[in-house]
Parts: sequence; C-alpha cells; structure tokens
Amino acid sequence: MTFKDTLEETYAALSANRVRSSLTILGIVIGISSVIALVSVGQGASASISSSVAALGSNLLEVMPGATRNIGAGVSAGRGTAKTLTQGDADAILSSVSNVQAVSDEVSGSYQIVANANNTRVTVDGVNETYPSIRNVQIDQGSFITDQQSVSLNKVAVLGPTVVTDLFGTDTTQPDGLPTGVVGQTIRINNIDFTIVGITVAKGGSGFGSQDNMIYIPVQTAERFLAGNDYLSTIDVQANSSSAMTQVQNDITTLLLTRHNITDPTLADFSVLNQADILASASSIGTTLTYLLGAIAGISLLVGGIGIMNMMLTTVTERTREIGLRKAIGARRGDISTQFLVEAVALTVIGGIIGIVLGVSISLAVSWSGLITTSISWEAIVLAFGVSAAIGIAFGWYPARRAASLNPIEALRFE
Amino acid sequence: MIEVKNITKTYGNGDMAFQALKGVSFTIEDGEFVAIMGPSGSGKSTMMHILGCLDTPTSGTYKLDNKDVSKMDDEELAEIRKDKIGFVFQSFNLLPRTTVLRNVMLPLMYAGVPEDERAARAKEALLSAGMVETHFMHKSNELSGGQIQRVAIARALVNDPSLILADEPTGNLDTKTGEIVLGTFQKLNKDFGSTIVLITHEPDIAEHAQRIIVLRDGVIVSDTKNHKQKMAAIHKEAQTS
Repeated sequence: MTFKDTLEETYAALSANRVRSSLTILGIVIGISSVIALVSVGQGASASISSSVAALGSNLLEVMPGATRNIGAGVSAGRGTAKTLTQGDADAILSSVSNVQAVSDEVSGSYQIVANANNTRVTVDGVNETYPSIRNVQIDQGSFITDQQSVSLNKVAVLGPTVVTDLFGTDTTQPDGLPTGVVGQTIRINNIDFTIVGITVAKGGSGFGSQDNMIYIPVQTAERFLAGNDYLSTIDVQANSSSAMTQVQNDITTLLLTRHNITDPTLADFSVLNQADILASASSIGTTLTYLLGAIAGISLLVGGIGIMNMMLTTVTERTREIGLRKAIGARRGDISTQFLVEAVALTVIGGIIGIVLGVSISLAVSWSGLITTSISWEAIVLAFGVSAAIGIAFGWYPARRAASLNPIEALRFE
Repeated sequence: MIEVKNITKTYGNGDMAFQALKGVSFTIEDGEFVAIMGPSGSGKSTMMHILGCLDTPTSGTYKLDNKDVSKMDDEELAEIRKDKIGFVFQSFNLLPRTTVLRNVMLPLMYAGVPEDERAARAKEALLSAGMVETHFMHKSNELSGGQIQRVAIARALVNDPSLILADEPTGNLDTKTGEIVLGTFQKLNKDFGSTIVLITHEPDIAEHAQRIIVLRDGVIVSDTKNHKQKMAAIHKEAQTS
C-alpha cells in the first residue's frame, strides 16, 4: 500500500461523511486560531506595556521619600508621604555620585485649576530645567521651564495636552488638535495666577500617571507657593548608561543613608526605584498575560483534539465490518492503523492550516481596528501547528490501534 | 492443495469450553469445487474461518500449498490471506460508496501491485465474473444483489488465489439470481481451474459442487464425490436436518 493509496483512501473516507468531518475540523480551527490570535494580542499588549514604561525615560532612577510612621502606633501613611528629601540631597547626588548624567527635583501635588471658565484637578509638578531630557518630555508650543524662572520664583506653567483640551477645548483644524493662542494666557492654580509658557507633546498612555494630564511649574515656585515647604517629593536621577544603573542606585542609597544619619539600611526613610526593575516587572506582567491567554486557547485546542478522537472512535465502530472485510482480503494491522492515523492527522492538518489563516486574519483585524497593536509571532504559529499535528497523532493513535487490533471474524459479524 | 489433518477447535476454557471441531481431516486438490455442508452449529463456519486463515486451529495441522499455516500469528495469516485466498461473503462484500472497479482493485492495493497494473487486472477479473464493462464505474450501492456477489467473486479471484472461499454466497439472493452466481463459480472452476470451497446449509446449493463434505457436531459425517453418492448424501442431509 503506497502513501498515495493511503491518501486516496483517506480522502474517500473523510468525504463520505462531510458534515461530521467539517465539524471536527471546525473544532481544531477554533483551537488553533484562538491560540494564534490570543497569543498575538497578549504579545502586542506586553509590547505596549513595555514601550509605555520605556517612554517614562531611559536609564532612570527615582528617589522617593519613605513612609511617615507614628512612633509607637506604627501606623504607616504610605510610601512617599514622609518629608525627608531635600534640595541638598539632590545636589549631593549630582555632585558626589559618579556616572550621573542629570538630576531633576520634583515637588508634586494635586490642585484645582481654573481657566477660561473651566476647571479641572490635575497633578502639578514642580520641576527643573533638566526634567524634559530625563523624562522624555518634548515641547509642542512655547518653551519649557528654565532654572532662571525657578530661582526667580516666576509663576509660569507648562501644560500637558490633556489639560489644554480640558480647559481650552480642541481645534480640529490643527494637526495636534490643540487650540492656538493658549501660550501667554493665565490659569489659576490653587487660586494663584500662573502664565502659560509652553505645551508638551502628547506621549499617549492613560489612567493614573498619564504624562499628558499634568502641569509643570518651576520647582522653587512649587515649594514656596503650593507646597509651603522645602521638601522634595521625588528626585529623578538619570544614569550615564544602563550598565551603570546598579552602581548609581547603590551609591545613592549609601550617600543618602549617611546624609540622613541612618545606620540600619532596613530603616531607610527613602527608596530608590530603578526603572529597569519597573520595566522588568511590566514585561513579566505581559509575559504572564500571554501565557494566560495561550493557556485559555490551549484548552480549546485540547477540546478540538478530543473531538477528533471522538469522531475517530465513532468511525472505527461504524466501519467495523469494513475493517473486517479489509483484513479478510489481505490488509495487515499496519495498513489499517496507518489508514486511521492518517485520517486523524489529515483532519488536524486541514484544521491547522485553516486555523492559522483565520488566527492571523483575526489578529490583523484587531490591529487594524486600532484596539491594540498585535504582534503575530512565528513561534505561536509553529507551536499551534505542531500541537495540532501532535494532537492528531496522539488522539488518532488510540482509535487507529483499536481498529487494527479488531479480530476480522468478529468484525465481519458485527452488526 | 489443502491438507487438513485432525483439526480441533475449542472456544473458551474450563467448564465453559465448547468444542466446535472435534478432529476433522480431508484433502482438497487444486481445481476441485467442494461444498462444505451442515446445519448451523455443525462447525462449518469455524471450518471456513480456519480454511480462510482468519483463525487458527486449537490442534491439528492445516497445510495450504504445502505450507503449514496452523501455527501462524495474525500478521503471517494476513500475508497468506493476501496472496492465497479470495473471499466471497454472504453480505457486506463491498465497500459502500466506492466504485466497482475500486472495490476489485482493493486486494491488489494491499498486495502492493503497481498502480498501473491494477485497473487492467481488475477489469479482467470482472469480465471473468460475468460483469459488463458499463457497470465498472458504478458505486457499490447502485448494484443489484446478484451484481454485488459477482463483483465480490471478481475481487476474490483478482489476486489469482490458491483458494476461493465462499460463505453462503447466495444466502441473500433469490433462487434465480443464486443460480446465476453459482453458475459463475462453476464456470470459473471449469474454465480457469480455480479451487473453490463453498460453505452452505442449503442442499440445492451444494448440488452444484463436484464434492460434498457434510459436517455435523464438529465431525465429518460424509465426504462424497460420485454423483449418485453425492445425491444420496444431500438427500439424507435434507431429511435429517
């Protein structure tokens, strides 16, 4: 029996029961296409998470104050609430830690903003001149805050694009959608007038900490007029290179422990966040997401495989007399088991090919709809196809063996 | 040539054991047309399974063309069936929804005959079995009962076997169609010298054979060749059963 004979027999057998064959193939199609589509959505999502983290700035370390703690009661008000970081700390980091590119002080708070008869509540960040280079902030209109404005305690503000549209509306005729003439106008932050000197370029991202929904003002202006004290809420430190991140992080910790007279590092009143760590945890979230989606899709692939086994077992029972006849006229065990195995594998391979086409189309359609930019990976396609072929062999093997081991006499008598 | 010596077949074991054949011996020469007759329970189906290499005897020897096949395993039996035996069953002879030609080509496929030879040999066998060429491409479910049996005969002889074994080949046919099918067997036997063993319980059918072996309760009660004796045996069998 040649391979061509086997294929012809397989075609005859599968086309003899088209509806059942198609439904079985459909099970595999759904399994394979959902593996490909969901894994590509997962990978697209994790790529988008990683790129938004990367957009926060490169080689970035954030020094944040620790938590305030009532002595005795031990109640913590949460990280970042303590007032322990000072301008002196920031200057010391810049002057005595090696491999530091730039340092930016931040004093942030959330305030009610009024302008143009509208009002909104956003985060107001007191920053230095170095902030845009550290945090990847770009200016769309006007200019960013200068250190001179900070020293002079100028009441000037740079607005994020979301704040501009919230307060001044949109202008669809402009390429960025922002109305013109906003720079130069006045807004009231916490009932103090500030002059708008610039608007930043939209960075995307939404929800908490969106960098488009922010107002930047000079850091010393923020300390004097809004916070009312000299403490910093964050010190942003940019290292020279990603390889220097760990050294810079350790040196900052040592320096600040000394400056704050703390001997036990576990009692540190500040913490140093490494952006690489954030990126690593964000990408691990993405990986977990991909695994989760893949596992869900894998279950449907498994169900499809069981469908194949079900069909093949039914077929073996239905065709018992045929198997008996074939054996009587000279078919060996191998001929019978090969025939049934090839039928099962043919079902999965046909289903696999249709499934790959459908899965790729679904993920392209998702990308095209703009919901999420999916990334189709060859690994997912190869894996899904390999799994489907393996399912065909694994779930076809048992029915094939059962068919081959039928006693021809009993098979012929079977009613 | 078929040599059966002292064959027994026991099903089950212990108290449940049932002996279907209790020591059967006979020899069938090449070119003979033999009917094995007997009522149900006589062991004729068991005999047919053993002769057809679908089963092996519990004891005794069965030599087909001087080859002892009585101790062979499943795979070896399949090889023997493929090369030396052609079957015609009472029913379910043909693959459903498959053309006449393809059905007849099936044994050639399993025997590994090159593809380009198969159709020619199948056509030859179909013509020998009395089928007309216009029916070759018909599906098996479009045929009459008599046509199905003749296609089955063609399939049985396509491999040029040492033995054509027919198990109640006319059991599902009316008398007239049955006569035609039996005529086909007789013609093959006479024209091509095919060795044919026919298993039946009907005396009328057995009459067409040259020799009749009558089985009862697992033993041979008569083995007759001569026409007069043959008729007597059939007559006796008809009365007692």
